Amino acid sequence: MDLMSRTSGQQLRPGERVKRLLGSRRTFVVLLVLVVLAVWLLALAQGVPGQRVLSLMVRGVMLGGILALGAIGLSLIFGVLRIPNFAHGDMMTSGAYLALLVLSLLPLGAPLGPFSFGYEFLVALVIAMPLVGLLGYGLDRLVFRRLRAQKSPSVIMAMAALGSAFLVRSLIYVFWGADFVFYYTGRPRPAFEIFAGIRVRPDQLFILGLAFAMIVLVYLLLERTKMGKAMRATADNPELARVTGIDTESVIRWTWLIGGALAGAGGVMYGLDAQLRPEMGWWLLLPLFAAVILGTIGNAYGALVGALVIGVVWQVSSAFLNPAYGPGVAFMVLILVLLFRPQGIFGRPGGP
Amino acid sequence: MALLTIDGLTTGYGEMEVLREVSLQVDEGSIVSIIGPNGAGKSTAMKAAFGLLKPWQGSIRLGEREIGGLSADKIVRLGMCYVPQTDNVFPSLTVEENLEMGAFVLTGPTKARKERVFELFPRLAERRRQRAGKMSGGERQMVAMGRALMLDPQLLLLDEPSAGLAPLLVDMIFEKIRDVNASGVSVLMVEQNAKKSLELADHAYVLVNGANRMDGTGSELLADPEVGRLFLGG
Repeated sequence: MDLMSRTSGQQLRPGERVKRLLGSRRTFVVLLVLVVLAVWLLALAQGVPGQRVLSLMVRGVMLGGILALGAIGLSLIFGVLRIPNFAHGDMMTSGAYLALLVLSLLPLGAPLGPFSFGYEFLVALVIAMPLVGLLGYGLDRLVFRRLRAQKSPSVIMAMAALGSAFLVRSLIYVFWGADFVFYYTGRPRPAFEIFAGIRVRPDQLFILGLAFAMIVLVYLLLERTKMGKAMRATADNPELARVTGIDTESVIRWTWLIGGALAGAGGVMYGLDAQLRPEMGWWLLLPLFAAVILGTIGNAYGALVGALVIGVVWQVSSAFLNPAYGPGVAFMVLILVLLFRPQGIFGRPGGP
Repeated sequence: MALLTIDGLTTGYGEMEVLREVSLQVDEGSIVSIIGPNGAGKSTAMKAAFGLLKPWQGSIRLGEREIGGLSADKIVRLGMCYVPQTDNVFPSLTVEENLEMGAFVLTGPTKARKERVFELFPRLAERRRQRAGKMSGGERQMVAMGRALMLDPQLLLLDEPSAGLAPLLVDMIFEKIRDVNASGVSVLMVEQNAKKSLELADHAYVLVNGANRMDGTGSELLADPEVGRLFLGG
C-alpha cells in the first residue's frame, strides 16, 4: 500500500512496471498457482492418467507436510537467530537414525492395523524428537553461542552451520554406515484406493495426519503461549525484543528445541515413507530453503505454505520427470521467487 | 527527589567517543527533555542510560542504585522502560500481543495492565486484534508507548516520539505524553521538535557535540536567545 501511494505519481519504465506487477502479492500467488497447474498439464499431456496425477498430488501434500516440519524450524531459527541453518537437513536425518536406534532396542511388535509399523515406532518417534531438539541446542551452545557473543557476521554463522551439517552427517556415517536401511524390512506396504482411484499407502496417510497435527500444535504454541509470542516477537525484531525485556537467551533455547524436535519428526516420517540414508536430509536442504524463502524467511506460517507448494510441484512433476530431479524442480520454483518476489509471499518489499 | 542521575558520563561506539562528561538528572514525577542538533549524542545518552552502551567513565543511577552496564531485562525490572525511535513495534504481532510482550518479565495475568493501557489509549482498545505492522505511524507510537507502560515503570525513556509524524499527530503524541506523566510516570525524552518538547518539559538539557551546553526549565530555555537561534528558527 505504502509503496503504491508513494510511487503512483511517478512515471515508470515499462520493464519496471511489469516487474512491479509481477511482484505484487496477488499476481505472485496467481503465478504460483499457474506453476502448479503447468506441472499438472505437463503430466496429463504426457499421457499420465488423471488418477495417478491425483495420487501424486496427495503424496505431494504429504511430502509438503514433512517439508513443513523442517521448514517451520528453519524459518524460526533464521528469524530468531539470523542463522541460515544449513545443518537443518542433517538434523532431520539424525532424527530418522535416532528413531532407528530406539527401534532396535525395543522388542518388535505386531503391525498396528493397516500400517507397516507397530507401537514401538511411535515410542521411537516420541523419543527421537526431543533428542534432535537437544542436538540443535547442543550445536547452539557448542558453536553459535560463541559466535553470537563475538557478534560474528551472518556469513560466519552460515559457514558454522555448514560445518555443523558436515559434523552431524559424518557422525551418522560413523555410527550407521553409508548404506540405506529401512525401519521394517520384509513387511508388505500395499497401497489402497481411498476414492476416485487415488491410491496411497496407509503409512502415508498416517504421515499426513501426524504432520498436520504437529503443525496445528506449533500454531497453538506460537499464537497462544507466552514463549511462542516471544519467539514471533524476537523473529520480528531481535533488538526490540531485547530492550523490551524479553529473555532472548531462553527464546533462543526454545527455538532450537522446538525447531529441532520438528525437524526430527520430519526426518522420522521421511524415513518411514521411503528409506534411511545418511544424505537424506542433506538433499532436502534445497527444497527446505526454497519453501522458507517462498513463504518469506522468518515467517513460520509462510514456511508451511511454501512447503506445500514445493511438495506438490516436486511430486506431480515426478509423473514425467525422473524423481531424482525433484530438488531441481524446487530449485526452479526458488528461482521464480527470487526473480519476481524475493521477499516471499508474506514479506514487505525491501525487507524480510 | 532524583529518580535518574547521570553523572559525568563518557561513552561511545567502538573507539569513537560520542559523549564527554554528560550529566543530567530526572526528578520524580517530572518530564525532562534533551534537545540538540543532529549528531549531538542525544539518542546515545538515552541508550547509555538504558544500558545499551557501557559507560567508559561516570555513573548512571536509578534512585540510589548504580545501573551503568546492566542488561536491559534487569533495567526494565527496576522500573525503567525504553521506546526506541524507529522499528519500535513488533509488526507481525497484534496490538494486544505487543502489549503482552511489554510485560514479558512478569509472571501471571496481564489483563488488568492491558486494560489500563487501553484506558490511556482508547484507540488501541478498538484495534487490539490488529497487527501492529498494518497501523499508521501515530498508532504505532501509541503501541510502543503502551508496551513500555505495561510494567508500570517509574521512568519512561522516549527517543524522538514525534519523529516522522504529521503535525496533527505530533500534537496528539505530546498530549499523550502529558497524560502518561499525569498518571505518575516520569518521562525522559529526546526530541527534534525543540519548541514543542520545551513547552512540555519541566526541565531540559541542551547537548552540543556530545557535551552539556546548558540546561534550565522548559520556559527558561524557550526564552533563551541562543536556544532560539539554534533550534527554534528565530
